[in-house]
Amino acid sequence: MSTELDVSTNDWLQIGSHQLDSRLIVGTGKYDTYELMADSLRESATHCITVAVRRERLYDQHGQNILDYIDLDRYILLPNTAGCYNVEDAVRTARLGREILRGLENSGADWVKLEVLGDSKTLLPDPIATLKATEQLVDEGFQVLCYTTDDPIVARQLKNAGATAVMPAGSPIGSGQGILNPNNIRICMEYLKADDPNYPVIVDAGVGTASDVAEAMELGVDGVLLNTAIAHAKDPVRMSRAMRLACEAGRSAYLSGRIPKRLYATASSPEDGVIGGARPR
Amino acid sequence: MIVRVNGDSQEVTENASVMDLLQQLNLNTTHVAVEVNRELIPREQHQQYRLSAGDQLEIVTLVGGG
Repeated sequence: MSTELDVSTNDWLQIGSHQLDSRLIVGTGKYDTYELMADSLRESATHCITVAVRRERLYDQHGQNILDYIDLDRYILLPNTAGCYNVEDAVRTARLGREILRGLENSGADWVKLEVLGDSKTLLPDPIATLKATEQLVDEGFQVLCYTTDDPIVARQLKNAGATAVMPAGSPIGSGQGILNPNNIRICMEYLKADDPNYPVIVDAGVGTASDVAEAMELGVDGVLLNTAIAHAKDPVRMSRAMRLACEAGRSAYLSGRIPKRLYATASSPEDGVIGGARPR
Repeated sequence: MIVRVNGDSQEVTENASVMDLLQQLNLNTTHVAVEVNRELIPREQHQQYRLSAGDQLEIVTLVGGG
């Protein structure tokens, strides 16, 4: 009981000026209903949720607005630039998101999850456009959280451009393939945290199930951002709980310091004092 | 006069402000942000910003996303 409290109260995640109680950042897309979304978010115990900016449906005003289902006092909103394929669209979308969040008086108005895509089939980021958009948005006073690949060189350039956090994908968005190249994630962390151990590195995209979250956290990343793995699970609320527990388990395992892997066994029971005597050679 | 809103034609009165248009469309003004000709029009200016024929507007809100 107390251990669980310790994890949530003392091990918060600092991203720029924002202090988060949970290391899970959860998306709000693709739920069957807004009620299911709200229940899932609550069960995940997340403090930060992502939202997208889209054209208002002018001729279908009986549709509900997601904002009617989000507790703005509880969650820090993180607006994204999802669906943008060039610098200009991404920057415009970021400004529009900031304007809405300012009107809502939500503290998420000063940051953005930057996504500049290069290709609609893979949804992989365009690294050059992402870098340019980062520079521009940093110039305009945004705290920029960059969705990127697990390429450590790109990650380093985004940090150097002023990104508040770098968020390498574990695998393609919505693919559920987990963390395809943990070694690259490790190198990203080594490069970004070398002279700046608290610099946030978040695994964004690719999570399929709870063990993927645990694996990411065990690698030592600061947090995990996920959406589809919860929203499209058969039981999203239950999966939210699994993700929360996996995040805490992975974080605790990382902080505990795992044993090194060995080729051969080491006995847990004393080698001496065994009755009998003969051992096979 | 005619302006374009989210890609579609929209009739508005001469000299209508951004606020007039939002009210005409019956939109919850705290849920939206508005661009005119690719420039963000901050909320505080919605009342005084006058539209011109042919203006291209984007009116956006928040939706679920990852």
